[in-house]
Amino acid sequence: MEQYSKKVMDHFFNPRNVGVIEDADGIGEVGNPVCGDIMRMYIKVKDNVVTDIKFQTFGCGAAIATSSMVTELVKGKTLKEALRITNKQVAEALEGLPPIKMHCSNLAAQGIKAAIDDYKKKHGIK
Amino acid sequence: MEKQIYMDNAATTSIYPDVLDSMLPYLKENYGNPSSIYSLGRESKKAIELAREKVAKAINANTNEIYFTSGGTESDNWAIKGVAFANESKGKHIITSNIEHHAVLHTCQYLEKCGFEITYLPVKSNGIIDIQDLKKAIRKDTILISIMYANNEIGTIQPIEEIGKIAKENGICFHTDAVQAIGNIKIDVNRLNIDLLSLSGHKFHGPKGVGVLYIRENTKILNMIHGGGQEFKKRAGTENVAGIVGLGTAIEIATRDITKNTLYLIGLRDRLIQGLLQNIPDTILNGDPISRLPGNINVCFKYIEGESIILLLDQSGISASSGSACTSGSLEPSHVLLAIGRSHEIAHGSLRLSLSTENSIDDIDFVLERLPVIVKNLRDMSPLTKNK
Repeated sequence: MEQYSKKVMDHFFNPRNVGVIEDADGIGEVGNPVCGDIMRMYIKVKDNVVTDIKFQTFGCGAAIATSSMVTELVKGKTLKEALRITNKQVAEALEGLPPIKMHCSNLAAQGIKAAIDDYKKKHGIK
Repeated sequence: MEKQIYMDNAATTSIYPDVLDSMLPYLKENYGNPSSIYSLGRESKKAIELAREKVAKAINANTNEIYFTSGGTESDNWAIKGVAFANESKGKHIITSNIEHHAVLHTCQYLEKCGFEITYLPVKSNGIIDIQDLKKAIRKDTILISIMYANNEIGTIQPIEEIGKIAKENGICFHTDAVQAIGNIKIDVNRLNIDLLSLSGHKFHGPKGVGVLYIRENTKILNMIHGGGQEFKKRAGTENVAGIVGLGTAIEIATRDITKNTLYLIGLRDRLIQGLLQNIPDTILNGDPISRLPGNINVCFKYIEGESIILLLDQSGISASSGSACTSGSLEPSHVLLAIGRSHEIAHGSLRLSLSTENSIDDIDFVLERLPVIVKNLRDMSPLTKNK
């Protein structure tokens, strides 16, 4: 198996912002169990800013680490800024991922987008 | 550093000290080429022949039926391709199972491209083939049956004696990949009517890079590696003398202690299986509870993924493996787990612990202490977990 970076291992062993936000303003879920990766993102939004974020993930070390990292990148950002975050940026913030993980387990930015889409839909924002 | 517990003996085993000691002279002063006629060469030749006798004795074969190879994969390739190409005028049909090691499966897939027809027998939910399926699959043009002795992932032991009998009655050549079985199960190639058998040194505390193909006398098989006249002119290449000597010592020790070791391992195995099933909810045992290798434990934990379990176990000093997509190096989970009816989602959460006599009851209890916590932490993080 290919080596994970120290940063990936840190986020895997000590994931940030794990859990559920009961009164979330938006919830996004990406991936599917057949592939072995599912991420669910919960966000709280106030004045167009992501004030709180939590995640639940079923998946490998990379799936958990990218979920954790994206929550750190997104927290406190405006929706516009959050939507600009890419999977590639998440991987870079983790000091890289093994090539095979770049596609299958690197879904965190999509998870954020799904949660923001859900928020916009619920609040009638186009 | 915490203590290290190695429970991945189906992947490879440690080299026994006696095995290493027996090898060292052939990596140092006894470096002669076994094909040379002066005394240094003759020493090497003698060592190889002694190892050959030990292997022959271990499986009740004749010494002229034992061929040293580079390992289990080469032995499987040689057996299957060699028999297929030697007998294609007689027929082009081969029977195998859908839970074989990739060394067999991918070789069969290659032969399909060469115009052979392969029947992949399914297995029952316990991982064992149905003998009736085998009987029905046999045709006039069947030239080879290749069924593994024991599965490397879920440890199930196939009904080799019955398969051997059926093969013999129908005049079909019978190959078995016994890589996981050797050292764990007493094997008598004559009683079991086995025509070809693959084994690998590093699975029973011998060195890597050396294996054996047993070929029953008068079996029609082509050479696969061409060159010099080594191995009775059937497998060319200067012999891996130290490796062969180590394999000989290892098989001698493994077969000498087999009864005692089997009882010991079954005790540890069943303590671990019972402990996991009792202490961790939503845990499924993969493979047959009885017809199973003495050191094999394979379970699926629902709602979580295998690579994460392996990484967290490693953090606790425990080495194990999984059949999840991430750990198999592909996008698919283990073909064996899918073949016994596990869904993709469940198969991703598999864990294999494979024991050797170097494991103690304390090791088992340590795993039983750590694993429930690891599983719980991952489940707490998983969106699939029910009733949170």
